Amino acid sequence: MTEFAPLTPIEQPKVRFLVVDDSIFARKSLCKMVDAFGGEVAGEAGDGCIAITEYARLRPDIVLMDITMPKMEGIEAVSHIVKDFPDARIVMVSSVGYQDNILSALQRGARHFVQKPVKPDALYEIIRYVLNDTPVPAPAGVGGSKS
Amino acid sequence: MKMDLIQPFLNSADTVVAEIMGCNVQITDVSMDKASQRQEGIAAMVAFIGEIEGHAILDMDLNAARHAAVHMLGEAPCPGDNSTHEAICEVTNMIIGNAVTQLNDRGFRFKVYPPEIYSSAVGLRSSLNTEALVLRFETPHGNMVLNIAMQYGAKRISEVPVLSAT
Repeated sequence: MTEFAPLTPIEQPKVRFLVVDDSIFARKSLCKMVDAFGGEVAGEAGDGCIAITEYARLRPDIVLMDITMPKMEGIEAVSHIVKDFPDARIVMVSSVGYQDNILSALQRGARHFVQKPVKPDALYEIIRYVLNDTPVPAPAGVGGSKS
Repeated sequence: MKMDLIQPFLNSADTVVAEIMGCNVQITDVSMDKASQRQEGIAAMVAFIGEIEGHAILDMDLNAARHAAVHMLGEAPCPGDNSTHEAICEVTNMIIGNAVTQLNDRGFRFKVYPPEIYSSAVGLRSSLNTEALVLRFETPHGNMVLNIAMQYGAKRISEVPVLSAT
């Protein structure tokens, strides 16, 4: 994997992530990327319901949220989290990336969207954008991203 | 089966497999099998429902599955864990998700369900209303088969009364 500059300077606390995906494999893959970015995986969740409770418990800096999951899908989980924590920074990470889905997630408060298979470089730039408002292209098919 | 339904699956499988395996992919055969038999190693199935309904099974030989797992994780799976099976589920999820995205942008609305391991020895077959398609792929790391069976959902049937093979 490409080497990435740490998301925060070494003397500062690491950016903490909550990784939400029903696939253990996908979570492992995303956790490896978070590690490569110099972030810290604060927690993991396998569905939207657990994501909501884990967000409230861990208060991570960034959530990487899948859409298609059992029990509660990612877009609904975004609504619940953002309702209670309006400053939540949630990046949707899904293989299903059609415009309706992206818009629905952004309207509910997600900050950005990444389509699987995830390219580490693209995810890194999007995380930097969500953390710092560094310029990054809008999700495909969407006129602009919510910031 | 109409080509505009097949093409997104071809495009998606080609792109996703090349990306997650880090190699070139060659589509060696596309056929409409009446009774397809599973023939590779590990398989995962995804169901989708809506204006198009059906299932897709990705069936990879063991070498291809292991290579996909290693390439996606950046390390060899631990012996005895389920990483290879989970990798197949995730690859299937990505192929179908990307195909659904393309179909959705062409006006077909449907929902995809999470993938699950498919252990039957028999693939998806054509029936009166359902048409099954088998796509065979070769990579330098092994072979795989994508078996798709789909039909127009109730809403679409009223608009398109006849499924035509092309």
